[in-house]
This record gives sequence, C-alpha cells and structure tokens, in this order.
Amino acid sequence: MTTTTEPTPDMPDVSDGLVSDKLRSALAVRERPPRPGALSTSLTFGWRAMLKIKHVPEQLFDVTMFPIMFTLLFTYLFGGALAGSPSEYIQFLLPGIAVQTIIFITMYTGMGLNTDISKGVFDRFRSLPIWRPAPMVGMLLGDAVRFLIAVTIVMILGLIIGYRPDGGFVGVVAGIALILLFAFSVSWIWTLLGLTLRTPEAVLNLAMTVLFPLTFASNIFVDPDTMPGWLQTVVDNNPISHLTSAVRGLMAGDVASSDLIWVFVSSAVLILVFAPLTMRAYARK
Amino acid sequence: MTDTAIRTEGLVKVFGDNRAVDGVDLIVPRGTVFGLLGPNGAGKTTTIRMLGTLLRPDGGSATVMGHDVVADPDAVRGVVSMTGQYASVDEDLTGTENLVMLCRLLGFSREGARSRSRELLEAFGLGDAADRQIKNYSGGMRRRIDIAASIVVTPELIFLDEPTTGLDPRSRNQVWDIVRALVADGTTVLLTTQYLDEADQLADRIAVIDHGKVIAEGTSSELKSSIGGGALHVRVKDPAERERAESMLVSSLGVEIHRESDPSALSARIDEPARVSAALNDLAAAGIELTDFSLGQPSLDEVFLELTGHPAESDAEAGEEVPA
Repeated sequence: MTTTTEPTPDMPDVSDGLVSDKLRSALAVRERPPRPGALSTSLTFGWRAMLKIKHVPEQLFDVTMFPIMFTLLFTYLFGGALAGSPSEYIQFLLPGIAVQTIIFITMYTGMGLNTDISKGVFDRFRSLPIWRPAPMVGMLLGDAVRFLIAVTIVMILGLIIGYRPDGGFVGVVAGIALILLFAFSVSWIWTLLGLTLRTPEAVLNLAMTVLFPLTFASNIFVDPDTMPGWLQTVVDNNPISHLTSAVRGLMAGDVASSDLIWVFVSSAVLILVFAPLTMRAYARK
Repeated sequence: MTDTAIRTEGLVKVFGDNRAVDGVDLIVPRGTVFGLLGPNGAGKTTTIRMLGTLLRPDGGSATVMGHDVVADPDAVRGVVSMTGQYASVDEDLTGTENLVMLCRLLGFSREGARSRSRELLEAFGLGDAADRQIKNYSGGMRRRIDIAASIVVTPELIFLDEPTTGLDPRSRNQVWDIVRALVADGTTVLLTTQYLDEADQLADRIAVIDHGKVIAEGTSSELKSSIGGGALHVRVKDPAERERAESMLVSSLGVEIHRESDPSALSARIDEPARVSAALNDLAAAGIELTDFSLGQPSLDEVFLELTGHPAESDAEAGEEVPA
C-alpha cells in the first residue's frame, strides 16, 4: 500500500476546532435555491473556461502562435511562386488562413474535454442536477473567445503585411462571424471524440489525421483549377472550400449566396448530427 | 419519506465479458454510515457510479431516496453528492473559484455564492488556502475541499470514495470528524474503503464486496462473530507447564489448541466464549500460573480473509492510486 504522508502545515487543528460551530452551521444549509436556467448554467461553465485561461495562460499558445506562424509562413513561402508576390498572394490567402487557423484550434475543445474527463471533473458536473448540455455549451462559449483571439491576430497581422479587404469593416466582421459559426459546429465532432476516445493524445492524433487533408485539400492555398480532375471534385465538395469562398466573398464584398447556403446547411448538419451524439455519449459515459 | 436511503435489487453492470457488478442487493438505512468494503476491482466504484447516475445499470434496479436511478436520474442528482475520484474538483482553479462555480450551478446568486464559499472554506480550515489553485493543496486539504464541494447544499446522501486513502493519521482523523458531523446532521453516508480499520471506526453497517457480489453484510461485530467467536491467547509463566495447560484446555474447551512459536504461549479459536472463564479457573485450580491471557474478536482483516479466501489488501496494491 503506497501511503503518502503529507503534513498539513499552517492549518488550524481541525480535529479539535473543526467539528465546531462553523462546520455545524455550514452543514445546516439544506435549502436548495431555485434551479438556475440553461443559459445561466452554460454561462457559469463559460466563466470556468475564462478562469482556466487566466490560470493556464500557456493554453493560449496555440491560439496565438498557430495564426502567426501559418500566416507568415504561407504568405512568404508560396506568395512569390503562386501569385507573383507575397502582397498579391495575401489578398487571396488571408481569409483562408483565418479559416484554417480556427478549424485547427477547434480540436483543442476535444482535448480539453477529454482531460476534464480523465481528471474526474466531468463526473462532478454529470452528478449535478443541472441542464445536461451546459458543461459542453459553456466550454464551447469559452472556445469562441479563444477563436476570436486567434482570428483577430490573423486579421491584424494580415492588415500589417498588406491585406486590403474590399468588403471593409462590416465585411470582415461578417466573415469572422461565419468562421465562428462553422467552428462552433465543427467543435461538436471533437466533443464527441473527447467523450469517446481514451486519451487526449488519441483525440489529437485523430483530429490531425482529419484536419490536415480537410484543410489542405481545399481552396485555401491555391485555386483548384490547376489540380487534376479527381482532386478538383474533392476540393469542390469540401465544406472547408465553401466556407473559405464565403469568407473571401464577405471580406471582399461580393459573396456568392450559394457558398453562404452551403456553410449554413453544413453547420446545421454538423450540429444536428454531432450534438445529439455527444449528449448520448455524455449520458452513457 | 421512507427509512431507506438506498435499495438495490440484483444490480448488474457488465463491461465486455467482465461482470463488474454481478447481482448486488443492498439496503442502506437513512441517517447511517454504510461501508462498502472490498479490494480494488471488487465492484465498489461501479456500484456507486450506478447509484450516482453516472453509469446506467445493465440489470436489476436501484432506488436512491425513493427515486429510481434509471427512471428519474435527475431527482437522484438533486439529493446526492459525490466526492473524490467519482467527482473531482478542478485542479486548475482555486478553492474559492471551485466553490463559487458549484454554488452558481446550484442556483446561488453571485453574492450568495461568494459568502457560501467563504463559509465553507472557513468551516473546513481552508480559509488561508482559498485563493490557491487546488493542484497546490496537500492530500488532506484536497480531501477536505472535495467534501466541501459536495456539501455546497448539504445533501441527503453523500458518496465518499476512499476518503482517507493516502492520508497521514492526523488528516485522516480530520476527515473522520467531518464524516461524523455530517451524519450527526442527518446525512446518510455511503463510503467505500479498502481499510478495515476505517469501516470499523465509521460504519454502522458494512457490506463486504468481492468479484461483483456482496459476500457478507452486517454490523462490524456481526461480521466478526459470523466467523466464530474469537481468539483466546494465553501465556503460562513456566514453559514447562505448557503441555499440561494444553491438555487441560482441550478437555475444558473442546477445541483444537495451537502451540505458538513462543514456548510459553497457546492460542485457540473459540466458538463459545462463555466457557473460557471456567477453563481459566481450572488452570488456576491446577496451579498453572498465567502471565497473560486475552479473548478478542477477530479483526475485520481476519474476517475479510475468512470470507474471500484472500487478504483485503493484496489485490489493492496493483491498481492503487493515490490522488494527491
């Protein structure tokens, strides 16, 4: 039997003092306040996500370094070859790099959830008489803040190195909103995986396996016209391509409604499929 | 309102081809401490996770405070609290933040949540550690914040998961005191433990569980007496007299006498303790002087060994986890 003996320094002598009036009166609270609503409960979990950012700021590494790295690397690596110059290329690339950055960061939702589960924190939430989806919804609200930080970094960096969106401020904000909507929808895939896979590493590995082909076999980096026919078919049916086209359109001020509809429909499908599956896994865990 | 806190009938949970819980019947009276005793992997945790609605049973039925765990899990969640490995606090947050969050989830106002958290931290001797992250708490503090988090609203039933595993004796006594205070206040406690000592100290009734089945149930003394009255130990003053004492004890007690490795000591398993004093009188009458004698109940360790055929702690070593 491994017995760790840990002294409890500077603690009051609880043995004597504890079963005291303080404890007795603390125990006397049996009246449950009225049950809070779904929104309030979800916001409390969102607050928890903010606290975690405060205490573990390292977790912002991925939302700050990913965007900077991706934007700079791809702009200057491919810009000259693909579009004649980096400043030409970034007009095409930037909306797509914003998409790719955020979609990549969504996978941390699944890892965070899986970590919570392995530490037993989620079991406490599951044992509480609260609105069942609240822990997940709150977590996704917290993630929305992280996505917003990341996309803001991409936009500012883009503007600094020469991105000039014709859609103006409104177009850029609309584009960001569309990315956040899609990211929220995709996150439900990761919540499901977070609940069903064994370790955070397993979630990461599977997410990478899905995300690399999904984001690269799209129109983020190059126009698909130069690709072989079979790959064009793949790229044209990739939801990421439609999202990228729609965001490009919004930020340039000439969005095609077909792309917008694609994004709205695929977001709805993702939520309708993966949110119930997530809740089912959550109930059965 | 019934007098029964927990009632299970034929509760079953199967993982693959492992019947982790294999037909558990339990009745836990309200306002008592009930101990589930058994090695790791015996099915204790799985049983409790089903009672706390964290796992759905594969067979049988269970009601907690009159609510069916499958039909009305939400009502069950409204009256129970779980602790420890079943329901952890968030290590990245501080003590205050954890408690405020739980208060808010249970419907306290912002101000109410803050003052309730302060009250709980003070009551559990954690006032100074309120703004420290839980991961920097010692084992004993961690166990106390775990329990504090479970009594934000004092529940009717609390599940305590190995509440003192890995604690030093002083911290252990603190946790025991808290448990006693909870019960005095009317809460029913279901605690799992690998420590027979702990079950002996705290539990009104004990169920011994092994391989997913309840193999014995009763008060600590019922369990002890169920394996035979007790153990008699005597030491004669003069080792040369041991043989004569042995034959006299055989005839007056009618049981097998063991010679201990100590050349002056004898011991016997006693089924009828009432005959012991007469036997000791006989020895005195025959002029055999004793330096020491004792008649005791077997320890729960011996009970466990007798019931399961293996010692309580042997299985525990491999899967032992000591949460900080």
